[in-house]
Amino acid sequence: MPEVALAIFLLPIFSFVVISLIIRPFLNKRPQLSWYVTIASIGASLILSLWMLVEVIKAPGHVLPMPDYQWLVIGDTSIHLGVMADSLAAVMLIVVTVVSLVVQIYSRGYMHGDPGYCRYFAFMSLFTGSMLGLVLADNLLFLFVFWELVGLCSYLLIGFWFHRPEAARAATKAFIVTRIGDFGFLAAILFLYAKTGTFDIGELQHLALVGAIGGTALTWAAIGIFSGAVGKSAQFPLHTWLPDAMEGPTPVSALIHAATMVAAGVFLVARLFPMIASSYEAIMTVAIIGGFTAIFAATMGMVMNDFKRILAYSTISQLGYMMLGLGVVGVGVARGAVALEVGLALGVAVGIFHLFNHAFFKALLFFGAGSASHATGTFDIREMGGLRKAMPWTFATFLIGSLSIVGIWPLAGFWGKEQILSQAWHYAPILFYLAMITVFMTAFYMFRLLFLAFGGEYRGGAHVSLRESPAVMIVPMVLLAILSVVSGWLPISEFLGGESHSFFGALASPMAWASLLLAALGILLAYAIYSKKWISAESMRRRFAPLYTIVSRKYWFDELYENVFVVRILVDGIFALFHWFDDHIVDGMVNGIAGGTIAAGREIRRLQTGQLQAYGLAIFIGILAIIAFFMIFG
Amino acid sequence: MSIPYLSIIIFLPLAGAIAIALLPRADPKRIKLTAAFFTLLSLVLAIALFFMFDRSLAGAQFVERVGWIPPLNAHYFLGIDGLSLPLVALTALLGFIAVLVSWKIELRVREYFVWLLVLETGILGVFCSLDLLLFFLFWEVEILPMYLLISIWGTGRKEYSAMKFVVYTLLGSALMLAGILLLYFHAGTFDMVELAQLGLGPALGSLLATAIFFLLFFGYAVKLPLFPLHTWLPDAHTDAPTAVSVILAGIMLKMGGYGMIRICIAIFPQIARTYAPLIIVLALVSILYGAAVTFRQRDLKRLIAYSSISHMGYVVLGLFALSQVSISGATLQMVSHGLIIGLLFALAGLLYDKVHERDITRLGGLARQMPIMVVVFSVAGLAALGLPGTSGFAAEFLVFLGSFRSTMVAGIQIYTVIGVLGLVLTAGYILWMLQRVFYGPPKADYEGAADAGKLETFYALVMVALIMLIGIYPRILTDVINMGVLPILAPFG
Repeated sequence: MPEVALAIFLLPIFSFVVISLIIRPFLNKRPQLSWYVTIASIGASLILSLWMLVEVIKAPGHVLPMPDYQWLVIGDTSIHLGVMADSLAAVMLIVVTVVSLVVQIYSRGYMHGDPGYCRYFAFMSLFTGSMLGLVLADNLLFLFVFWELVGLCSYLLIGFWFHRPEAARAATKAFIVTRIGDFGFLAAILFLYAKTGTFDIGELQHLALVGAIGGTALTWAAIGIFSGAVGKSAQFPLHTWLPDAMEGPTPVSALIHAATMVAAGVFLVARLFPMIASSYEAIMTVAIIGGFTAIFAATMGMVMNDFKRILAYSTISQLGYMMLGLGVVGVGVARGAVALEVGLALGVAVGIFHLFNHAFFKALLFFGAGSASHATGTFDIREMGGLRKAMPWTFATFLIGSLSIVGIWPLAGFWGKEQILSQAWHYAPILFYLAMITVFMTAFYMFRLLFLAFGGEYRGGAHVSLRESPAVMIVPMVLLAILSVVSGWLPISEFLGGESHSFFGALASPMAWASLLLAALGILLAYAIYSKKWISAESMRRRFAPLYTIVSRKYWFDELYENVFVVRILVDGIFALFHWFDDHIVDGMVNGIAGGTIAAGREIRRLQTGQLQAYGLAIFIGILAIIAFFMIFG
Repeated sequence: MSIPYLSIIIFLPLAGAIAIALLPRADPKRIKLTAAFFTLLSLVLAIALFFMFDRSLAGAQFVERVGWIPPLNAHYFLGIDGLSLPLVALTALLGFIAVLVSWKIELRVREYFVWLLVLETGILGVFCSLDLLLFFLFWEVEILPMYLLISIWGTGRKEYSAMKFVVYTLLGSALMLAGILLLYFHAGTFDMVELAQLGLGPALGSLLATAIFFLLFFGYAVKLPLFPLHTWLPDAHTDAPTAVSVILAGIMLKMGGYGMIRICIAIFPQIARTYAPLIIVLALVSILYGAAVTFRQRDLKRLIAYSSISHMGYVVLGLFALSQVSISGATLQMVSHGLIIGLLFALAGLLYDKVHERDITRLGGLARQMPIMVVVFSVAGLAALGLPGTSGFAAEFLVFLGSFRSTMVAGIQIYTVIGVLGLVLTAGYILWMLQRVFYGPPKADYEGAADAGKLETFYALVMVALIMLIGIYPRILTDVINMGVLPILAPFG
């Protein structure tokens, strides 16, 4: 039976192959087929994932034995590939397959009539399959392979409408920024292999826990791996690609932001948590980067005017929470404040539980964005307004998603966030306060978005007749709205080895009330400014003009990276210098030396224009003469 | 006597050249079909050889050895092992594909194909020779056809580029010949197998052995090319006709890497080890500096040419890290790069045929007009940037893995990590290139530009399939290559 686990990720990859080799070239007249194939394969993966979840729950220690295949043998180097079926993988499989399936259903409506219909579903299949492979991989090499394929699919899907220059640029940017992180990841993989002779994740964790790898070496390896996660999960300072990634079709954004790509970074930290948490410096870095990214991204989310861009910053911020959750528990473990076994499971549970809940409400919010722009033809919230009346379903579901992400009891977002906050309170008080402020900011920007887009009166062009999206889009939204309410009630945290929570008991803690209060204040402020207009947004903007400029220009990171670093320092700086050096020094020197020869060549050519064969013959005779010389005198 | 497979494979293209030269009617179609026939035959035999090859034997197979110049103790000595077999197969493949790529040639068709086929014979001979003098003879065969192919059928400053190529190559050959002769005078044999077993390094004294090593090395470093001997490459590749760029980048550069492992490292293992840090530093400069200069190129062909310098740097890194995995990876990288760069040049040439423009800043939006081209170009580009699932990843990963773990060279971990940095740069220039050529709004200038035709699609897909096959199942080659690497590392114990 274990081989069935392979089918979970192979089926969607097979769907990609079928669509690109059979349907697209030969059955292009019936593009709908590609949708059916995609749905069937991902649906089957979902069923198998559920089966595996049940098996893992039943298995002792929540781990299933899985097969292992030899991929490459050179001398004493033998590389095995295999899958790992434990509680972490089982939970992730559910997230990925459920969200992906819902996204594919929604895509049918959203992508209807697009000339790239087949291509779209081919890439979506590959994307899902790669993410599933990543989740199942039992060793770093295999994981890295899928890690890169996930990156490739993001590239292809962000740049799906490649004729738009912004889309093409965003796609390239996403790939390259994440690859900078991957450099550290790959270096860490090589480093760990050189130290231990294995890629196997289980073995590596064991070696880290028993102290066979430790000290500075382990810290560097862990930071290298984390740098990969920073790139993929768009954490500071590699966060710049994600807001631009909204150039892709909206369902793609939903998938990227919820269950694939950015989730991969958090998953990686969770997967290697015992190893990373064995280094205090490394896990502290995770916590600090996570905590800082959470608040840093939230500030930018508060001032954006693009529907999807606001959501993108909210994703970065929420991913920061997840990293924070993993990090602070790890800090506790590294300090010895928590028992090792308990702490390791707890950290994964805290981080992944929030990832689990986030997946549903974030996909939902993006669906709302897609639905709203479907009707209005824009993503600019200044040109929306009043959608509440025309699009009741979209509004209702979006409201649920917003309340969930803000963390209102008893919606899904509340539970994961509470766990993260309470762990931060224990192990990193400064980060805890940052996270609390972030709660307020999250509430503010989400409800600013909500009031501007859905509240008030429609401000867009008169020619648009606002209409609710078709059922094929609404049904997935309702489905996700339900999950955005209830997913937090599932015993995911316990299953992963974390703490359990009781439905009403959660309200007994003062911290819950504090965070709910901050959330309420955020909502209230947004209400005051954008709905009732008690406070003028314009005057606020003027009063805080310098601050507003800094934040709305995204702290100039894009300019710093792209214009200053890439263009000025690299391409037009160092690379230009090298280019000049190559043309004038390296080549110039050679040309100088060869000048005589070239001049001679020119003379000969002048004499023998059109007689190149004869000239060539002379060379050939020369060579023969050399050989003859050796034959005689050698 | 057994069938002389290697001789047949080597001389089939030459036979084709002679047949074309003697064809009674100079009908271009017939000439092309003849060329295709002979190169295809050579390819089929090379594939057969690949399957007949005994993967459990370390030494040379399909050996042919007859006396050639008795007073010199030189032999007509052919044989292939795990190192040469993949390169022979690659040469036969690209030789055939080069003919297909040349299908639209109209200028002096007969001569063109004669020279193209002579060229292939020379390269095949290099990879099969086990006698140094024979090796050298084959090595020199390519110069004349290459000179003519670039200077007559090329574009741009073709005479300059062709001459530059010849000057460089002859300079390298001259030093290599001096090295070969010195070696011969002291060892009394041209037999490469014997030379490798003699343990000449210690016997000759370090100064002389080092001198010979570097005389030989210089010739290969020019061909590969290694910084700072690389500036002939962008000119030659850019100005050569498409098929010749394919051969030049796809196989001829590999003669350099092959010479390094087969002759420099195999015969002088200790000296290779002593100077490995120096050579690896040059390799790293090639990787990073090559990539940096690639960023600055506006001409599509020139960009691809410069990327070659960067990618061949990985070969040198892997070879001189001197571990089993790294050398296997380096050899795999030679094959992988041959396929990838061959495909890229073929596509760049095709693109030029369709739109008559190679300046990247003026291209753009071609994805709409060329749905097939964009897919194949992207796959080749992604393979070049080392995407898992393609041969580029398998090869580069093995180079890095083997190098990082090598115990032969001090400080190799740091060198390797610097090399890995090249992957980021490669991703940058490849994706930037794809973006500027294919993406963005379609341009009016290229309205109605045709996509790849049936023939072009066929050979492009064959190469894509191979790139992916090696990427997913690298054992198909590494098991073979490994048998060739073992004896070379034997002196290190």
